[in-house]
Amino acid sequence: MSALVEVRDLVKHFPLTRGIVLQRRFGEVKAVDGVSFDIERGETLGIVGETGCGKSTTARLIMRLLESTSGSIKYEGRDITRVKGAELKAIRRDMQMIFQDPYSSLNPRKTVGSIISEPFIIHRVESDKAARKLAVQELMETVGLNPEHYNRFPHEFSGGQRQRIGVARALALKPKLLIADEPVSALDVSIQAQVLNLLRDLQRRFGLTVVFIAHDLSVVRHMCDRVAVMYLGKVVELGGGDALYGAPQHPYTGALLAAVPVPDPARHHTERRLLTGDVPSPANPPKACRFHTRCPKAQERCSVEEPLLRVPEGGRTEVACHFPLTEGELAQMGVRSAG
Amino acid sequence: MSSRTLAGTSEPLLRVEDLHVEFHTEDGVVHAVDGITYQVLPGGTLGIVGESGSGKTVSSLTTMGLTRPQGAHISGRILFEGRDLVTLSDAEMRKIRGNDIAMVFQDPLSSLHPFYKVGAQLIEAVRAHNDVSKSTARERAVDLLGLVGIPDPARRIDDYPHEFSGGMRQRAMIAMALANEPKLLIADEPTTALDVTVQAQILALMERLQRELGMAIVIITHDLGVVAELADDIAVMYAGRIVETTSAERLFESPQHPYTWGLLKSIPSLEGSRERELVPIPGSPPSLISRPRGCHFHPRCAYVQPEHKVVDPHLEQVPGEPDHHVACLLSPEERRGLWHALQEGRTPHEAIETVGLQEGGA
Ligand SMILES: Nc1ncnc2c1ncn2[C@@H]1O[C@H](COP(=O)(O)OP(=O)(O)OP(=O)(O)O)[C@@H](O)[C@H]1O
Ligand SMILES: Nc1ncnc2c1ncn2[C@@H]1O[C@H](COP(=O)(O)OP(=O)(O)O)[C@@H](O)[C@H]1O
Ligand code: SF4
Ligand SMILES: [Mg+2]
Ligand SMILES: [Mg+2]
Repeated sequence: MSALVEVRDLVKHFPLTRGIVLQRRFGEVKAVDGVSFDIERGETLGIVGETGCGKSTTARLIMRLLESTSGSIKYEGRDITRVKGAELKAIRRDMQMIFQDPYSSLNPRKTVGSIISEPFIIHRVESDKAARKLAVQELMETVGLNPEHYNRFPHEFSGGQRQRIGVARALALKPKLLIADEPVSALDVSIQAQVLNLLRDLQRRFGLTVVFIAHDLSVVRHMCDRVAVMYLGKVVELGGGDALYGAPQHPYTGALLAAVPVPDPARHHTERRLLTGDVPSPANPPKACRFHTRCPKAQERCSVEEPLLRVPEGGRTEVACHFPLTEGELAQMGVRSAG
Repeated sequence: MSSRTLAGTSEPLLRVEDLHVEFHTEDGVVHAVDGITYQVLPGGTLGIVGESGSGKTVSSLTTMGLTRPQGAHISGRILFEGRDLVTLSDAEMRKIRGNDIAMVFQDPLSSLHPFYKVGAQLIEAVRAHNDVSKSTARERAVDLLGLVGIPDPARRIDDYPHEFSGGMRQRAMIAMALANEPKLLIADEPTTALDVTVQAQILALMERLQRELGMAIVIITHDLGVVAELADDIAVMYAGRIVETTSAERLFESPQHPYTWGLLKSIPSLEGSRERELVPIPGSPPSLISRPRGCHFHPRCAYVQPEHKVVDPHLEQVPGEPDHHVACLLSPEERRGLWHALQEGRTPHEAIETVGLQEGGA
């Protein structure tokens, strides 16, 4: 069977315009600039990377909430890149999204019951009112909300509970694909763990396929089977969680992992090699390898020839780098999870 | 052993004693800070951790004298080099603020004025406490920007805040705080809004500056990784109180409070097995207007016993550990047994059985 979703050479450029009346284009933000990956049935695929690297844009392209500039998206083997109307509506039913901000993604004037019922109404399922209420209360129970709170408003719930409301709404139509975009980033650690456990539990129970987007590397490690690392609109490394965290090959992945503060004072004071500078602007990304301006391993070739995503000899992940990290370098960088 | 949080042999730089901060609102009295005591030694680092709304920011703003204009009711003592800041006049407080004690605020955008150039704001910070010419202050401002690692500082000094990236703004904030070489830097979630590689740069910067300038740091965060990297001592706050405090090493090796266990078991690890289940703390923090009776943590605590619902625990020394204090009514043996069981991967439910406690205090 083919993968549930196949993304190929996906590109999204946002025009940069100047002027209010006559909008003149003076450039473009290369938010997503040629990414390819599969989403396998039943897996949790993680996407990590720093702010602005194109994670959310990738998600919105797959959901068809944004039109791509070029490239293709296949869903269950069918090209859905440009589908419209009823066909698009059917796809939207199969793919659901959970957002970062549990506050702004829920309409404050609607009761929890009517928020969770929305997908039923939009897609005309459970049109019988009593049956719908039952279905919603069952969903509330599934995500750990008290079904008696059906008539309450979002502000009466805590952050973690609001995120549960979002999860219930996303699950209403039994989607095949769930895209969670930074679902726990706004939550306190104790509440974050509640929501992570809920998502993992639901994923196992319903065999959901999940795309899990986050900038917290530990959270992604915990949640995902495979992980894609993005930098400036490109996937720079892609592979199984164990391989990617245990022996990262891309210098950027290595730098990300080395930068994570570890909750263990005994480990502290290992001199770590830090990345310097900031991420360049996606409106004007560096040529060839986009990481070459900050990469400790960069050679001339890196600024001339673009490295393609591939599995190098002896490597366990796909990596877009001319000079993947060696074992010695990993140890030196203080990447702690070798093995 | 280095600095200790409650009492110690060497003279503390800052000593907060039984500090209470209340806000009288329409809904009732908010007990934002409810009797906390801690101290920071010269050159030492204290980390304050806890969930949103636990009183971390309010306690630090109070040290800076910044909750006074919000109508806060303050009691207790805040001894800085032996002087009680609570009793100082606003004018005296202004002399200390930004000079001997400086603060990096939680939200860098709200504390850098968007309409003024970064340099102008730095120059003002320098001149607020030093009678120097504009050009001298400008030289100092350029030096400061260079010190915090802003490239090409002589040029970037004329940028507006929005022309800086998030990480650069945070560096500029630190530069501003350092303008007068404070003895104490209070950093409120200095890296929370930043990406992990930038966070690592800022933490390394703070460590370096502390080494070079010898200042003490109070770092407030909800990230246990950040305090583990930076702090000598840690205070864990819950609902306006310190519920546990000790050295960073002891806190991670031998945590005593069920809330601390909850925090430690809630964070996924970067290494180790993916199969390890997180053990979240159920429920959410209480309202600071109407707090639960007894131990404020009891409604969320898996190990609660009947008396915990009525008796309010105080910070007490952990037997055999002079620098370790905890506010929990369980016996030291029970706590040791519970943490041991949790460490072995038992659930709280199973852990209770191994030490022979009754579940739910029924
Ligand atoms: N001016 C004020 N008036 C009334 N209540 C206030 C005021 N300032 C803070 N509080 C309340 O005091 C409590 C502690 O707030 P504080 O900002 O110290 O939390 P915090 O621990 O810093 O949380 P976070 O992690 O979200 O920054 C909260 O319940 C807050 O709502
Ligand atoms: N609607 C839009 N118009 C213009 N630029 C956008 C838009 N959405 C995102 N971008 C830009 O695209 C880049 C990638 O953004 P995003 O996908 O949101 O990143 P991430 O989710 O990884 O933080 C950023 O530079 C962002 O500013
Ligand atoms: S005193 Fe009791 S209720 Fe409070 S934290 Fe300790 S065990 Fe839990
Ligand atoms: Mg995003
Ligand atoms: Mg705060």
